[in-house]
Amino acid sequence: MRRFGFLLSVAAFAALILAALFAPVIAPFLPNEPVHAPYATPGEGGLLGADSLGRDMFSRILFGLRYTLGISLTVSVLASFTGVSLAFLAAFRRGWTDILLGRLVDAIMSVPQIIFALVVLAVAGVSLVTLIMTMAVLESTLFYRVMRPVAADIVAMDYVEVARLRGEGLGWYLRREILPNAAPTLIAEFGIRISYAVLFISGLSFLGVGVQPPAADLGGLVRENALAISVGQLSPLAPAACIALITLSVNGIVDWFIHKYSIRAELG
Amino acid sequence: MNLPSRKQLSPMRDFIVSRGVSGAVSLLLVTFLVFVGTALLPGDTASALLGQNATPEALAALRRDLGLDQPLLLRYLGWFAHAVRGDFGTSLASGRAVSEVLLPRLGNSLLLASVAAVFLLPVAVGGGIAAAIWQDSWFDRLLGFTSMLFLAMPAFLVGYILIYVFAVRMGWFPSMSVAPFFGGAAAWINILALPVISLVIIGQAHTMKLTRTAILAVLATDYVLMAEVKGISRRRIILRHALPNALSAILSISILTVAYLIVDVVVIEMVFSYPGLGKLMVDSVSYRDLTVVQACGLLFALIFIGMNFLADFLALLVNPRQREPARGA
Repeated sequence: MRRFGFLLSVAAFAALILAALFAPVIAPFLPNEPVHAPYATPGEGGLLGADSLGRDMFSRILFGLRYTLGISLTVSVLASFTGVSLAFLAAFRRGWTDILLGRLVDAIMSVPQIIFALVVLAVAGVSLVTLIMTMAVLESTLFYRVMRPVAADIVAMDYVEVARLRGEGLGWYLRREILPNAAPTLIAEFGIRISYAVLFISGLSFLGVGVQPPAADLGGLVRENALAISVGQLSPLAPAACIALITLSVNGIVDWFIHKYSIRAELG
Repeated sequence: MNLPSRKQLSPMRDFIVSRGVSGAVSLLLVTFLVFVGTALLPGDTASALLGQNATPEALAALRRDLGLDQPLLLRYLGWFAHAVRGDFGTSLASGRAVSEVLLPRLGNSLLLASVAAVFLLPVAVGGGIAAAIWQDSWFDRLLGFTSMLFLAMPAFLVGYILIYVFAVRMGWFPSMSVAPFFGGAAAWINILALPVISLVIIGQAHTMKLTRTAILAVLATDYVLMAEVKGISRRRIILRHALPNALSAILSISILTVAYLIVDVVVIEMVFSYPGLGKLMVDSVSYRDLTVVQACGLLFALIFIGMNFLADFLALLVNPRQREPARGA
């Protein structure tokens, strides 16, 4: 059953990635051009109908998928790199570095992420760069929290001690000794963070502080078409369902991975 | 003579002092980060207010009026001293006192969150306990499946599905909370129904999973094994032996659920245009009304940190052995 879920998730996720990569080839229309009648139903225009400006919904969703997946992956890569580096730095240095980093991470984590992001984006203004940086900083605290105890355990291990005595540099044993040991936990956490980042960016865009018009990610598409739902159109639900499909497939893969490597279930 | 009793009290006091201090430090650090962030970034409140075409003279004058020409630390201390007394300055968009704008919205949000909690907690905690009692039954599997589904859904999807079904198709409730806030209980039920149901659906999955895990953890202990060996029925073991011991965990799970409800409220308020603190904050972000955004952020942070503190505190109160309270995930 789990294996079936896993295969289904892999297939769905691969399809989504391919759809995002080849969006310009697959999309029947340009995403920002009015090609149908406004609010055209699926039968009248395009596969999924049109929005209030007559833009093709299916094409917009394909391009929205690019933003959603692109931003989530970028954020997760940046956040894991920052969080893991800082966790190992703290485990190695101990002392003030450790205490200060710990306090900073606690402080950031003690405030709900979406609230923190709203405050920072209000101040910094919304652009792709501020958006990705803000999300990456917030997400890196979670990588830090998961990896800090793992790092401490690994640093205390005999073979690391031996490497240290042998006079190897910090970079060497990070690459050769520590990362291979921490990999399963890290990969599981990475998957969980991607699915969270997808919900996070979708939420921010839905609130209007994410990807800015005329471009739209999946959350932004829901926002744009929200009014159509009150007149009985289902079009805003398609991008929202697409978001759920991404998180479901990522969660399915992570779930299989966690069981395969019997990693603690308390991650994330 | 009374040394022993004082000694008994001290873990409690230690906890309150240390967690209280660390919560306060977190809050201070967050406000300071936001403040320093504001200062470091290009553009400030004055340029946000006057827009792109402002003359340098006008900008300088406004900065003087707003006190933006003062040193950063002084400005921070000034803002902090006022904020502690409940004075968050004036809203840049409406010119009214921030606290005057904030309070009614806060009331609306707390009403929404607490009504949702009243329905959510029994459903989710009860569901979690039932899932643990009948572990691996079809009921447990069904709950596991629905939790997985709801945890993967963005909050607004739940909201819009409800709007589509109950407001558009059935026409039972309004799709937006635009009705004026009078007309007694019936009007309130009408406005609150769909946002509350959304919040219950969104929040229950996590709470149910945590409750189930907490009960199952207790069921894995030696004294439960002992009770099983003695031949006591599973239901009795859970209700008489496991549940009291899982109580502290369930209590903190419940309070953390309420803390997360208050955050979920932000998105749900936008879906239903419900005039709460979350919608105020998001609207203020788009107007770049920084004083209101800061005050809302501080209030949300305060509520969230306070709830986390309360969760750990109650867990300790119910279970004195738990000297090192688990951090809420």
